[in-house]
Amino acid sequence: MENYIEFKDVSFAYIDEYDSTTENETVIDNLSVSITKGDFVCVLGHNGCGKSTFAKLCNAIEVPLSGKVYVDGIDTSDDDRLYDIRRKVGMVFQNPDNQIVATIVEDDVAFGPENLGVEPSEIRVRVDEALRQVEMYDFRLSEPHKLSGGQKQRVAIAGIIAMQPECIILDESTSMLDPRGRREVIKTVKKLNEEQGITVIFITHYMDEAVEADRVIVMDDGKIVLDGTPRDVFVHIDELKEIGLDVPEATELTAMLIKEGVSLREDILDVEELFDSVVKLMEEKS
Amino acid sequence: MISDITIGQYYKGNSFIHKLDARAKILLTVLFIAMIFMCKNFLSLGLTFVFVVLSVLLSAVPVKMYLKSLKPIIPIVIFTAVLNMLYTGGETVLYSFWKITLTAEGLTTAAFFAARIVLIIISSSILTYTTVPTMLTDAIEKLLSPLKVFKIPVHSLAMMMTLALRFIPTLIEEIGKITNAQKARGADFESGKLLQRIKAIIPIIIPLVVSSFRRAAELADAMNCRCYTGGNTRTRMKQMKFCFKDFVSLLVFCIGIAGVVLLNIKFGAVI
Repeated sequence: MENYIEFKDVSFAYIDEYDSTTENETVIDNLSVSITKGDFVCVLGHNGCGKSTFAKLCNAIEVPLSGKVYVDGIDTSDDDRLYDIRRKVGMVFQNPDNQIVATIVEDDVAFGPENLGVEPSEIRVRVDEALRQVEMYDFRLSEPHKLSGGQKQRVAIAGIIAMQPECIILDESTSMLDPRGRREVIKTVKKLNEEQGITVIFITHYMDEAVEADRVIVMDDGKIVLDGTPRDVFVHIDELKEIGLDVPEATELTAMLIKEGVSLREDILDVEELFDSVVKLMEEKS
Repeated sequence: MISDITIGQYYKGNSFIHKLDARAKILLTVLFIAMIFMCKNFLSLGLTFVFVVLSVLLSAVPVKMYLKSLKPIIPIVIFTAVLNMLYTGGETVLYSFWKITLTAEGLTTAAFFAARIVLIIISSSILTYTTVPTMLTDAIEKLLSPLKVFKIPVHSLAMMMTLALRFIPTLIEEIGKITNAQKARGADFESGKLLQRIKAIIPIIIPLVVSSFRRAAELADAMNCRCYTGGNTRTRMKQMKFCFKDFVSLLVFCIGIAGVVLLNIKFGAVI
């Protein structure tokens, strides 16, 4: 499969411009990883593990101190191609209020394509299409501050889709939402990933959201600790707990049952699966 | 409190005035204000009043809304009217008591000033009620674009206005949250002398300013991500078109101003 985003020995630290005496703390430490086109990748990690910086390195908001990041073959440190990269890789941020620019939903969605210099009639088509995809078309004339958190985030996603990107990064975009808003957002990006083949990098600290991904990357201290399918990753319960992360409840319960001598598969991810396995086990016994 | 903030104060509608070009509407408002100030006698004021009433009716915005916009300025109207009434000298004394003298001239001036303020508020309300804020800032950008010759960053100014309008409700919400948080910590905003009350606001202002800077930084990142590079290569989804009806409206208002001038000359000035 084609590598879409590629990190080669990337290191990064935030430099204090006003104080050169303090040691710069490394945020990303010699990281090499590549993201396959069309994948739904979930990046997990506790606060301060470098996952937001990882996202910012993907669309050239930050440039590595050493090493290289390539997006679709373009080096992110190439200033001339900055906007080529940003139109390919869109980003949705954590706080929905701080990324909506206009006072009317459809004007906000139009902001990206307007910046790209797209023809007005074409913008209209893209905006309507993007709003339909996130199921916010009926709210196109609303004022953003009257929407719920989940709705605002979907508007932000529509604003990115209208730029027709190949990859969307969601940087903890669900962390300020209520459970319902979170489900709305996940459903929307999942759909975009499946129907449009858009690569999704989903950064979060909610384990339950990671279960849906094709691939889970766990970060700690600027390094990748675990990398694989959700089933491969979540069996490492002790390692995950050590770096301050939880595992999905069903997986943890399974592990406890196995410890007690119940013979279950260890890579169970959700309650339904666990229920089915237990029922099957009981039928076998009786 | 938060739910009834409308940004700008746009009133949804589909009337003749709603459909006018935003640039035309801004020019019309300027003409309106010019017209109001040019009135020198009651006949020309009457003509202007007819124009205002017709515009209000054409805007299809309920009269109640206009009354609402007048409410906060009633004290100012009364204040100016009273001052004008008392301090305008004149010969025709109508009533005299102690040091207060009421003259016919004073009453006329007072009536004129009150009428002018009220008419200006109504005419500018027509503009804000019938125009979406983004269209308004776009129109200002377009109208001011000749200033680019003098290196004035017209686009940036318009963008700043849009963002300011966008963040008003967000910041009001934030003020509510901070106030509640400070109250929960025992802050007292309601009692004490004026100075104490002003001092009590400081714990609200400082977090608000700090968080605004944080918001600004995040917003800048988000705008960068959406390829914002300033106004040069931008296109707009909503194109503004100056149509026939915009020209006709401007023409009608120019005729109105001519009418005011004629009435002023024909019947003389009372003010």
